[in-house]
Amino acid sequence: MSEYYQAYQTVLALLAAGILVVAVAFTLNRLMRPDKKYGGKLSTYECGIDPVGAGWSQTHIRYYMFAFMFVVFDVETLFIFPWAVHLGAAGEYQGFMLGVMLVFLFFVTLTLPYEYKKGVLKWV
Amino acid sequence: MESIFTFESLAFTLVVKVLAVVAFFFVAPLVVGYMEHKVLGHMQARLGPMEAGIGPIKHGVGQLVADGAKFIQKEDITPAAADKWVFALAPGVALVPVMAVLVVVPFGPGVWVENLDAGIFFALAATGVAVIGILMAGWGSANKYSLMGALRGAAQLIAYELPLFLAAAAVVIQAGTLSLVGIVEAQAEPWFFGIPMWFVVPQIFGFMLFFTASLAELSRPPFDMPIADSEIIFGHMTEYTGLRYALFMLAEYAGMVVLSALTTVLFLGGWYLVPGTTWPYDQLPQWAAALLGFGVTMGKIFALTFVMVWFRATFPRLREDQLQRFSWLFLIPLAILQIVIVGILKVVAS
Repeated sequence: MSEYYQAYQTVLALLAAGILVVAVAFTLNRLMRPDKKYGGKLSTYECGIDPVGAGWSQTHIRYYMFAFMFVVFDVETLFIFPWAVHLGAAGEYQGFMLGVMLVFLFFVTLTLPYEYKKGVLKWV
Repeated sequence: MESIFTFESLAFTLVVKVLAVVAFFFVAPLVVGYMEHKVLGHMQARLGPMEAGIGPIKHGVGQLVADGAKFIQKEDITPAAADKWVFALAPGVALVPVMAVLVVVPFGPGVWVENLDAGIFFALAATGVAVIGILMAGWGSANKYSLMGALRGAAQLIAYELPLFLAAAAVVIQAGTLSLVGIVEAQAEPWFFGIPMWFVVPQIFGFMLFFTASLAELSRPPFDMPIADSEIIFGHMTEYTGLRYALFMLAEYAGMVVLSALTTVLFLGGWYLVPGTTWPYDQLPQWAAALLGFGVTMGKIFALTFVMVWFRATFPRLREDQLQRFSWLFLIPLAILQIVIVGILKVVAS
């Protein structure tokens, strides 16, 4: 295995260790805890009143618009990183690289005033 | 430079590295948690924990150890209505990615576990997994307040992930590398038109953005809308008790350490003591340099976590719509402006 992947071996080992740590904690917990369950203890908590309706009640997910916007900007951010690494090493093409990115950023940033005008960022 | 955790035997190296990360992961958050108890107490004219101690040292230093010992003896309650597996797995999903970030963070010259090429990218990607833990907890609890809190949390975390990423991208432009060790070493040389300084000076917006966004990523006050106790009980953690709740808390304090560490590495010169020079590290033997570097980095990390606690005692909570607008209309345009500034400076200076 090349050295490059050896580094990721540690990451995998650590993920395994993390799962192990959580498992050990819960095993200890299982050995030491009391276990006396009854109805009231297991009911859904709503500040002491009996729960009203089912747990998964209908909710207006007003945040779905933000998720759409996030996808647009997240892809853009991923696009910036490789550019950012190589900008310093581009030599005579630096100016060109910068110019292209400025045009790209200009058009991406235009989405924000557009969304503002559409009222996406206002509370309904 | 090689990691100080490197030995001849590969298997031994692996074991030492994993143990180092796990040990740090369980000690550092306790120190930060204790500091929060005491600092918040004194800021509110209280004393904070005073009784629990380790041996003769009192002043509550053993408080969180005692808390941990209690949590592990608590009954494990899963609400009857809950989605059992999703409910049970959520704290683990919130906790393990935070631990994974520690693999790439350099704490001193040689004091890192792995120097990944994709360092900052890996760290930010791992912190992004936190959203899944929150959504799992909120959905699995089958409690409408949990669900509302989780949806708020998800919307907040994705909105503030963008300023976090963009501020980091500006640092990458200046350093020319994604490796966190490389980013620290890039801050040793004078860059800003021959004037020696860390990245915090040319990237002051980026620093403030990154720090603000990391508060929001951790749902710390003033961005604690997802767990706003006066309206939705405790958000996605409402139904959690005992050990599972303790794991969520551990994830929060570990997250404070990790994000402060990333802020230190990206903007505050990592383990360096004086801007513009590698002094005194170039005159010390390797072990002394590693020790001093670790101390300096931890000092910077604790200073930043202190500010996080200070913010908690100072600022009122932002309302949900203010919170979203603050990110989309202020932080993100400012982050893009920072990228443009740093890009132009980079091209002009070279």
